[in-house]
Amino acid sequence: MTSIVEFAHALGHYNFLQSALMAAIMVGITSGIIGSFIILRGMSLMGDALSHSVLPGVVVAYMLGINIMIGATVFGVVVAVLIGFVAAHSKLKNDTSIGVVFSAFFALGYILISMAQSSTNLHHILFGNVLAVSDSDLIDTFIVLAVVIIFVLAFFKELQITSFDNTFAKSYGLNTSVVHYGLMIVLTLVTVSALQTVGIILVVAMLITPAATAFLWTNRLGHMLFISSSFGAVASFIGLYLSYTMNWASGPAIVMVAAIIFLISFVIAPKQGFLAKLGVKNDKKA
Amino acid sequence: MLKVDDLTVAYDNVPVFTDLSVHFAKGKITGIIGPNGAGKSTLIKGALGLVRHTGKATLDGAAVTHVRKKIAYVEQRAALDLTFPISVFEVVLTGTYGKLGLFKSPGHKEKELANDALKQVNLSEFKNRQIGELSGGQLQRVFVARAIVQQADVVILDEPFVGIDVKSENEIMNVLRGWRDSGKSIIVVHHDLNKVAAYFDDLLIMNHGIIAHGPVETVYTKENVSHAFSADLSAVLFNQNTEAK
Repeated sequence: MTSIVEFAHALGHYNFLQSALMAAIMVGITSGIIGSFIILRGMSLMGDALSHSVLPGVVVAYMLGINIMIGATVFGVVVAVLIGFVAAHSKLKNDTSIGVVFSAFFALGYILISMAQSSTNLHHILFGNVLAVSDSDLIDTFIVLAVVIIFVLAFFKELQITSFDNTFAKSYGLNTSVVHYGLMIVLTLVTVSALQTVGIILVVAMLITPAATAFLWTNRLGHMLFISSSFGAVASFIGLYLSYTMNWASGPAIVMVAAIIFLISFVIAPKQGFLAKLGVKNDKKA
Repeated sequence: MLKVDDLTVAYDNVPVFTDLSVHFAKGKITGIIGPNGAGKSTLIKGALGLVRHTGKATLDGAAVTHVRKKIAYVEQRAALDLTFPISVFEVVLTGTYGKLGLFKSPGHKEKELANDALKQVNLSEFKNRQIGELSGGQLQRVFVARAIVQQADVVILDEPFVGIDVKSENEIMNVLRGWRDSGKSIIVVHHDLNKVAAYFDDLLIMNHGIIAHGPVETVYTKENVSHAFSADLSAVLFNQNTEAK
């Protein structure tokens, strides 16, 4: 196994590794920030659905020769609207509607890939290949990072109140649907930017695991966004190191590190961790 | 004056009430009572445009949808996620969001309003607590404090006294009476019939429509209550002394 020193040396010499590291860290930050809102709104399944549903958008964009961000965003918004429409116009619950719509779109994406007979490596789309990040991918990822930060800074109070108390937000006249679909568009952008690093299958893990970990450490939303994005970045860094040195796929390596950070936090987090709860139980018994 | 005209709300094509018209006077606390499923909360949500409806609601002649910032709404607490990472102070501060508009963060003035409101409901010492660390009564006072910072002309509370302690109930009633005396319209969806005479000036008795509406002294009768609840509650309700308003 390559040592950290050797990894640092390689980082200094290989452009592809520098690009990979920058992309992975930026994706860790963006998914950590947006993932926090996704879990607080009880939309983890929606995150999973959108990440799978953008596959046909990616393929169509590839076939038409346009930026995959555009294709994916169009499909992401269509899926978000369709899920809401099916849930609102039938007796089905939202999670059932999500299951029906996203699996159909994922299947469509898979069929389109085989029809396109592209050289696109399906395995890389599904599980990521951060070591093949191009300069244009890096620029796209940076743009998504900037969009996410501006979006959250500009609409922090709207995102906060619609996540905490949507009815109150409606009652004072906030258009909560615009906030919802705005978040869905940004979530789609984050998903696409994460395709290269962790792949479609595991995007949801980068959205949920660092945010869930941060939730265990703090009772403040602002702190949660910071901690979540930090955990996302750390998981990306260590995961990339493991991917490079052990020759693992980058997606699973990053997600495993994120899961280990969650596991440690689950045990030791002072406010809501397993040990803290155990302590409370013992106090009650005493 | 908050006025509702010809309001119809239906869930799954089953009407909760049809062509309901009612008005809520300024400087009065109006209670809305009726059995479960009578449409009390639905009337509020329909008037505020929070559920699909036909008919219209106006405040001093302007459509409610255009003057929402003049109405504060304290919803039933059950719907909220109390593990949400937000402090008591931050919840109260959200009451300033409506008037702030987009792209503006709460500043010194808004924070002062939130601090004052917390003082009014005696919760200043809890301001940094996470919202889930409060008792039911304290939590309800937090949402009343949020309504205070909204500085609205009309305040609507849906079942504010469910599951709370007597101290909190009294403190909330004091705030409501203060609002009433300053000329605001206060509307309270309520379930405890024993407190009706003590708490409200006007009363709206509902059961899928209006059974009676007017001053409590006139409307709160055995006949109206029995009609609304389809039961004779006179032995329980009308043979006891009631507290003064």
